[in-house]
Amino acid sequence: MAIVEHMGKTFEIDEDGFIDAFESWNPEWVDYVKGSEGIQELTEEHWKVIHVLQDYYQKHGIAPMVRILTKVTGYKLKYIYELFPSGPGKGACKMAGLPKPTGCV
Amino acid sequence: MALKHKTPLLDELEKGPWPSFVSDVKQIAARKPMCEDLLGLLEQSYVDKEGHWKHGGIVGVLGYGGGVIGRYCDRPDLFPEVAHFHTMRVNQPSSKFYSTEVLKQLCDIWEKRGSGLTNMHGSTGDIILLGTVTDQLEPIFYELTHDMNMDLGGSGSNMRTPSCCLGKARCEWSCIDTQAITHDITTEFQDELHRPAFPYKFKFKTSGCPNDCVAAIARADCSIIGTWRDDIRIDQEAVKAYAAGELAPNGNSFGTGPSVLDIQKEVCDLCPTRCMEWDGKTLKIWNEDCTRCMHCINVMPRALRPGTDTGATILCGAKAPILEGAQLSSVIIPFIKMEEPYEEFKDFVDKMWDWWMEEGKNRERLGESIQRLGLRAFLNACELEPDPRMINTPRYNPYIFYDPADVPGGWEIDGKAYREKHQA
Repeated sequence: MAIVEHMGKTFEIDEDGFIDAFESWNPEWVDYVKGSEGIQELTEEHWKVIHVLQDYYQKHGIAPMVRILTKVTGYKLKYIYELFPSGPGKGACKMAGLPKPTGCV
Repeated sequence: MALKHKTPLLDELEKGPWPSFVSDVKQIAARKPMCEDLLGLLEQSYVDKEGHWKHGGIVGVLGYGGGVIGRYCDRPDLFPEVAHFHTMRVNQPSSKFYSTEVLKQLCDIWEKRGSGLTNMHGSTGDIILLGTVTDQLEPIFYELTHDMNMDLGGSGSNMRTPSCCLGKARCEWSCIDTQAITHDITTEFQDELHRPAFPYKFKFKTSGCPNDCVAAIARADCSIIGTWRDDIRIDQEAVKAYAAGELAPNGNSFGTGPSVLDIQKEVCDLCPTRCMEWDGKTLKIWNEDCTRCMHCINVMPRALRPGTDTGATILCGAKAPILEGAQLSSVIIPFIKMEEPYEEFKDFVDKMWDWWMEEGKNRERLGESIQRLGLRAFLNACELEPDPRMINTPRYNPYIFYDPADVPGGWEIDGKAYREKHQA
């Protein structure tokens, strides 16, 4: 676990750059991550995706399946990749402070 | 040159007459510190009897959700060169035809930016490039796509890189143009290939004939297997030549050279539906009973050939053991012409995916969803009629289920009222 500092806040991150716990999330984290995720300016659409992910996570304790994310936000998957170039799992979940998705090869 | 780590246990794997991956890795380890540490880490795993790779890891290239499989080791203190050892999957050309120039270029990129170790090819068919670090992913992706016109393959819950047999390029039995179909599926479904949105992985495999050289029936969620719907073409003179020992049976696969073929024993009696008759002069085939097993054609390739009205059978649901045991594909569309632009097939694919994405549970293959919810539900969703050809032994299966909606007047079953009259 490495420790990074941004705008006066410190965050503990793993090797993939995910935050150590959902509770440590704050808006400064989003600002810190956006650079490495290839995002210039955060728009309302970015925040909509982030909030949907966080609401779902708080309710269910896991990240939603991609299909649910596209349904609830109304955004096509391709558009979500335009918003978050590294994708909903790696990019959007990381920004929302969710735990790393348990990917499979 | 002595390597950094002693590997007595791995060295055992070099003994004997067989090729050894340890010898292969050692060759390259002399110039690649990453491969030296890779051997060291594997030796450590053998000593500890425990793996030292962490499971998964979320890495990738921008815009894609698949194609890169993250690997990190849990002892970067001892083996710093393999702290990252990500795998990249590269979409192979249809039927794996390459020029040597492309292969050299690919190896040059990987020597420079990765471990230099490759796996040609993974079981899905992709070119597997083993071992690189996160910072190299984007440069590799850029060089593959811009300099080599190649793309990453599939990984995760997406459409995996479609693959096919040699098809019409090398094989006279191919009933469909497997390469064209594979290329078309790849380009048509780019989104599904690169941006995982499915409950789990999804594989297309295409074989030109029922010999099924890519084992589509055993491995693909959707198998496309070439077939014909007219009659097997017979050259009666060649049949006689086989019987007389003028030709080598099985295309000389067994090295017998021209030898007498007992057509009754080797061909007719081995036909699974016994649809052939040989009277010593003429071979007769009842084509309506033929299940396209290819046996007779394989034994007498000079005498028998598939028919000329060719197309494909579409089967769904094969998979290796995961939740349930291994499963073969089931026939879903007995015959489809499979001609460009494959609209009928793509319509079917859209319906199939819609149903699976709606109904499939997380990490459930299409075959498992069909098993859980029933073939009837799947056929309804795909707007297909049930057909005896979907069933293994339709003539022995007396169970016919009617859907109340299909019967004029319909009916309703009141379970409670029934149980009042009948015990469970």
